[in-house]
Amino acid sequence: MNDNGERMVLAGKVDLPFSYSAGRTASRFFVELRDHQKIMGKRCPRCLRIIVPAQLFCKECFVETDEWVEVGPEGTLLTFTVVYRKENHHPREAPLAYGIIRLDGADTSIVHLLEETDVTKLEHGMSVRALFSEKREGHIMDIECFCPV
Amino acid sequence: MGKKVAIIGTGQTNHCSSREDVNEMELVYEAAAAALKDAEMTIAEIDAVVLANMELFEGRALHDMWCGEGAGAFMKHSFKISTGGTSGTSGAISGYYHAASGLFDRVMVVGFEKHSDGNTLAGMALTDPFWDRHVAAAAIGNFALSVSEYMADRGVTEEQSAKVAVKARRNACNNPHAHLQMPDLTVKKVLESPVLAYPVHRLEMCPQSDGACAIIFASEEIAKKRCPRPAWVRAAVTRHDHIYLGEVKNRLATMRSLKEAAKVAYETVGIKEPLKEFDVAEIYDPLTYAEIAWYEALGFCKDGEGGKLIDDGITQMDGELPVNPSGGVISTNPVGASGTIRVAEAALQIHGRGGRRQIPDVNLALATGYGVYCWSDVLILSSKPD
Repeated sequence: MNDNGERMVLAGKVDLPFSYSAGRTASRFFVELRDHQKIMGKRCPRCLRIIVPAQLFCKECFVETDEWVEVGPEGTLLTFTVVYRKENHHPREAPLAYGIIRLDGADTSIVHLLEETDVTKLEHGMSVRALFSEKREGHIMDIECFCPV
Repeated sequence: MGKKVAIIGTGQTNHCSSREDVNEMELVYEAAAAALKDAEMTIAEIDAVVLANMELFEGRALHDMWCGEGAGAFMKHSFKISTGGTSGTSGAISGYYHAASGLFDRVMVVGFEKHSDGNTLAGMALTDPFWDRHVAAAAIGNFALSVSEYMADRGVTEEQSAKVAVKARRNACNNPHAHLQMPDLTVKKVLESPVLAYPVHRLEMCPQSDGACAIIFASEEIAKKRCPRPAWVRAAVTRHDHIYLGEVKNRLATMRSLKEAAKVAYETVGIKEPLKEFDVAEIYDPLTYAEIAWYEALGFCKDGEGGKLIDDGITQMDGELPVNPSGGVISTNPVGASGTIRVAEAALQIHGRGGRRQIPDVNLALATGYGVYCWSDVLILSSKPD
């Protein structure tokens, strides 16, 4: 008898719920999105950047943001990709297109889905516009995706 | 300034897609035992143990608890470092800090990952629940976003990217530990592999490997006594940046954290022309395009000239600055160990124990780690203590 025989590999699976507090700043962002279809940022009083999505403090200056500012809903597509393989946790079936969008009036960018999944029709620097969902629940998916203008 | 510290021994497992002959703790044991043998040391001599692992990938939390004994931590000072992809280099930096503080004389660091046990998606799916999780597609998709921007910004071509893949997998043939050894790989074959996420092909990405790597750090007196050619740690710098991709400045094209870490490390050692002064570099290349971007961020060339470096063969085994003689992360990727392997391979080159992947006369070596855009680590090793 030696240990060069069969190898045992045991199966495992865990299914557990979590609940994440958004905090007061992101909560207001989600309420504005749900109730008024507005995308809100906050200004850093030191570097004067409009940070989107709105955040309690500026991570670069380490001071609390002050003024609320509406941005978008149009913006510039800084970069994009189209993913051709579906994984369990992906938000949509493949092909799935998403990108990084600098909303008009903002100094930081957001990551979101793109309606157009044909890579030949996407361009760096093209204009895109937020498409709001019909049923909004106070969630980043209250923006369904971004569409070419 | 800390006390002088050197790496006096390293050990690696054989890395492959599935090591079903060992469980995770035994994988750690294999690397630790190999490093002790290399340093001609016993476990009784080790004062402190640092572990490094990427959380959640194996579907197991608290790896320091599950795997510490594999690294000989029984009744010793021990804990884990976890900084995403940089875990392995951050673990090495922590090992260096321990010895440089003067509080510990012999410190063992073990980086490890048993990818086959789990699912990297566990780590990737459990990202930020508010802004990321519902709109992004994990590591490959997020890399692809950066790559498409980097190509548009700097004019890097897919042929240049594919050349990096060919270099890596051919170099890996000289490394008995490497996972993907592909002597016959060509640019054409790389570009014919399926596009996973535009513009990234399958053969441009790193694999998922099972593997572990251990390093032994020693104080000056012990290093001089126990190692014929110690690899002295001359700089160890880590820098942190935003995690949200929308906030990182131009992502791959800028790589602010790596640029800043390299600047501080170069100033510490007095390096002005890295391409000329380093004899070898082991850089953390999660995909081909990143290696080209790191050439630029590390100052091997000007911004926009990274592609030319690979075209001109400057970073090949016989070039002016060989990059990743081991085959790099593109060839071998047990994530928590991938950074540790970079440091071990850089040390190995100074020790002169590189076998078929040895570069002649290495006196100054660079090792880096990459953890999303969030962390960059830079270590400089030298054959001279000062």
